[in-house]
Amino acid sequence: MVAVIGGGIVGSLIAREINKYVEDVYLFEAKNGIGTGVTKANSGILHGGYDDPPGSLRAQLCYKGNRLYDEISRELSIEVKRIGSHVVALDESELAVIDELEEKATRNNVKEYRILNRDELFEMEPNLSENALSSFYCPIAGITEPWEVAIQAARSIELNGGRVFKGKRLVEVAKKDGKFELSFEDGSTYTADLVINAAGLYADEVAKLFGDDVPKIFPIKGEYFLLGKDVRYVNSVIFPMPSELTKGCLVIPTVDGGFLAGPTAHGVQSKQDFSTTRDGLAEVKEKTLKLIPSLDFSRNVVKTFAGLRPESGGKDFYIDVGTDNVIHVSGIRSPGLTAAPAIAKYVTEYLIEEKLHINLEKRQNYIEHVEKVSHFVETDFDYWSKAIEEDPEAGQIICFCNKVTKQEIKEAIRNGARTIDEVKFATRASFGECQGSSCTSKILKIICDETGLRPQDVLLNEKGSWIIDSEVRSI
Amino acid sequence: MRYETDVVVIGAGGGGMAAALSAYKSGADVILIEREEEAGGVLNQCIHNGFGLHYYKKDLTGPEFKETLQEELEKTNVRVLKGTFVLDVSRDKRITFVNSDGIHEIKTKALVMTTGARERHFNSLGIPGDRVSGIFTAGVAQKYINLQNLKPANSALIVGSGDIGLIMARRLHLEGIEVKGVVEILPYPGGLERNVQQCLRDYDIPLYLSHSVTRVEGKNRLSKVYVSQLDGTGNIIPNSEKVFEVDALITSVGLIPSVKPVEFVKTGPGFITSNTNQTTEDWIFAAGNCTVIFDLVDYVAREGEKAGKYAALYAKDEYISQEKITIKKGKNINIIHPSYIDPNQATKLYIRVSRVFQKAEITIEPLGIKIIEEEARPSEMVEIQIKPFKDNLCKEIEVSAHELG
Amino acid sequence: MNLVEYKKKKIICTNCPLGCKINLVYADADEVEIIEAQGNRCKRGLEFAKQEITDPLRVVVTSVRVEDGEIPMASVRSDKPVPLRLMEEIMGVIRQTKVSAPVKRGDIIIENVLNTGANIISTRTVNKK
Repeated sequence: MVAVIGGGIVGSLIAREINKYVEDVYLFEAKNGIGTGVTKANSGILHGGYDDPPGSLRAQLCYKGNRLYDEISRELSIEVKRIGSHVVALDESELAVIDELEEKATRNNVKEYRILNRDELFEMEPNLSENALSSFYCPIAGITEPWEVAIQAARSIELNGGRVFKGKRLVEVAKKDGKFELSFEDGSTYTADLVINAAGLYADEVAKLFGDDVPKIFPIKGEYFLLGKDVRYVNSVIFPMPSELTKGCLVIPTVDGGFLAGPTAHGVQSKQDFSTTRDGLAEVKEKTLKLIPSLDFSRNVVKTFAGLRPESGGKDFYIDVGTDNVIHVSGIRSPGLTAAPAIAKYVTEYLIEEKLHINLEKRQNYIEHVEKVSHFVETDFDYWSKAIEEDPEAGQIICFCNKVTKQEIKEAIRNGARTIDEVKFATRASFGECQGSSCTSKILKIICDETGLRPQDVLLNEKGSWIIDSEVRSI
Repeated sequence: MRYETDVVVIGAGGGGMAAALSAYKSGADVILIEREEEAGGVLNQCIHNGFGLHYYKKDLTGPEFKETLQEELEKTNVRVLKGTFVLDVSRDKRITFVNSDGIHEIKTKALVMTTGARERHFNSLGIPGDRVSGIFTAGVAQKYINLQNLKPANSALIVGSGDIGLIMARRLHLEGIEVKGVVEILPYPGGLERNVQQCLRDYDIPLYLSHSVTRVEGKNRLSKVYVSQLDGTGNIIPNSEKVFEVDALITSVGLIPSVKPVEFVKTGPGFITSNTNQTTEDWIFAAGNCTVIFDLVDYVAREGEKAGKYAALYAKDEYISQEKITIKKGKNINIIHPSYIDPNQATKLYIRVSRVFQKAEITIEPLGIKIIEEEARPSEMVEIQIKPFKDNLCKEIEVSAHELG
Repeated sequence: MNLVEYKKKKIICTNCPLGCKINLVYADADEVEIIEAQGNRCKRGLEFAKQEITDPLRVVVTSVRVEDGEIPMASVRSDKPVPLRLMEEIMGVIRQTKVSAPVKRGDIIIENVLNTGANIISTRTVNKK
């Protein structure tokens, strides 16, 4: 059995890649949902791969990953919108940085870019600051919903005979007869021949369980505003000039029509500190308003949130074989989302086959294609009407903002969703402007009806995130 | 299936049921559409009294108000489609909806939008802190407690002293949930004075005026809320921080008119209408909280009734608005409804002043109307009647308020 | 000699929609006496004010548990105002009460609750599941 520790986008895609060769792949996620750690709260950008330090693993995998998303999108039925990106120069001094970007792109062997003059830029992005002079435009850059990639990859694993576990935190590893005995917090144990550690923020700690040392992970907090769909601020991803450390605070369209402003990048002590801060949010406002002065932070905010990125000292990915048959995939900071499909191939084709000399053969019966999760509002009325004929619940709208039906919510629950957030990330129900005010109580009831859980047992997401304490009047 | 009708009403809350009834009484064939499984809208969960004093001259609870309207509706042949969601309203007067019977279209002559409002969510306030369970809008908490028999908290702080916030403070208190206070960012309460008395003072629940939540904290479930006092300009007063240990934050921080899915009509943010409830698209009428937020369901029902009547008349070609006089917000006026007047028809003007007055004089010029209002404040709507008038020179009316004496 | 304390209070009359704001000055002795009242537009306002400073009355509004209903709760109210001081106690009685569906609006759920002369009545219909 091959065990993959970590059900984020990286772990899910690695598990899926290995699953093309090995049926017995087990994916273990510590949290209560697939793709709910680092994967959930980031910018959702497919980077062009032009600006990573030439020669780094990042540079090697980012562009490749970007190119692989066409295939991923087709096979996993996920949305990828190649809306392009601009790195915008706001004054004369920044024009020089555009030249540096061009040089880097050349060294990284990325050809898909153009340098736009002011007129060309404003034709594409009329809401940019008047100070904008030029941009480094990359048409292959895009956006996706990272958690959807992870969720669909996990579904593909289940479809192909692998298994997916949630709420399983690895606490102990023992070696027995050349195999690993993995013990989880809930008391269960599994024996694996090969283990991939893709534990995100915790990859350094998981490596220790195997007796290996990988570069220590420092959580870097990124705070964001999510703005509503009322105003179309930008058409593509808008970057300021990058600094040594980060790509700066951006303005990004989201797949379902809203906009992200952020992130900040500040080191924090705790890997569990997902709080937004007064200073962080103020910084996002100040910086992104320099790019797009019309951003309306007083009336257009849907919510704020923070994510943590796993940074390691080397500022590069650390992906290598540990002691015996374990591979550590650590320090997957930006552009980890973009690189993820390439990381999956790197781990499988290079580290497993070539470095560990494990012979892999493609499975004959492997099913590449995973059906899209129904989202009827995006289909045509004929298709939707037929679905309603078969199941009237496909005509019952539960989430009014994003028009999600009872059938879709039940489907998510059948696919394993047990928490409100899992249903939310699988269906987009409660993702809209009312932030679940109209539908959370209905989703809670559907989860209870479908699973037999009591309302007091349904969680928002992680342990302790209860919603209901008890009945008002018990019988 | 295709339907044809004279008047479609979208939203079967108090306003929509009243609109459907009056359109029917004015001789129209009516279809009333409701997205929930039950008609009544927010009236179902508003189990407190104080409804109907104007409309029925009786002190009713929300469910009683709703059932009274519903019983009248049941005597008519208005078709009510429940559990039905409108996907599209097109310019050529076609309404596409989905329900468990499929996707269908209605060809109509007139439309009344009575789609109400949604609660502004805490998340949209941009207040820093942890993302935790335990933050509910007052309406959600109300739905859990009053309809679903589910208790979402053991102790709570209420943010926003709007009427639902005040009502929920009392409701939670009487159900044994410790309410540690109501926090209001403004220097005066957002809800009706009688609710401040009957929901807070009656039970010694503290009201913190000029206070604001600065941070929420908790590990997965809310455990602490940080609140600070504000000075006259809205800045935080240093060292005024209070920490409330609660497992729920109940928010009542405003309502936002729902105008979807109509996209081609002027809004700001609710539908802009005339005194006959006509929007900028002459076949679409709108009433209630999807136009402006009203204090009382009585006003909403009355507006709905009016919208239903004019929509029915429009459908029969018996009402075509000729000229419209613009009503302008003058000094010290925050909200004014409607925005236009057809002077041939009577007008009920609803006003919110923009600050607190000891004794406000509200003037409507050039009509020469003057109203004196004691202790006028933004949270209490002032209602003024204007009779039909003929004045060909009058193109604009201005409403203002100033302090007397 | 007993000192009689004069108190001021602002009361919103809820007898009718006019909602008069009544400014009261009253003597808070064994027998409460209204010294001055301003703002009431009718005599009922004065009675309301006197009641409010001596023994305020409130309508009880809450819910009662319903068995076998399409929803688990029926909203209820007292059919006339009851003393505010009895509110907690009345809530205690209601908490102990359950009814079986169907429930009709106006059904008496608890008769003459705590001898106040008020009945607790249902304010909505709950059909059988």
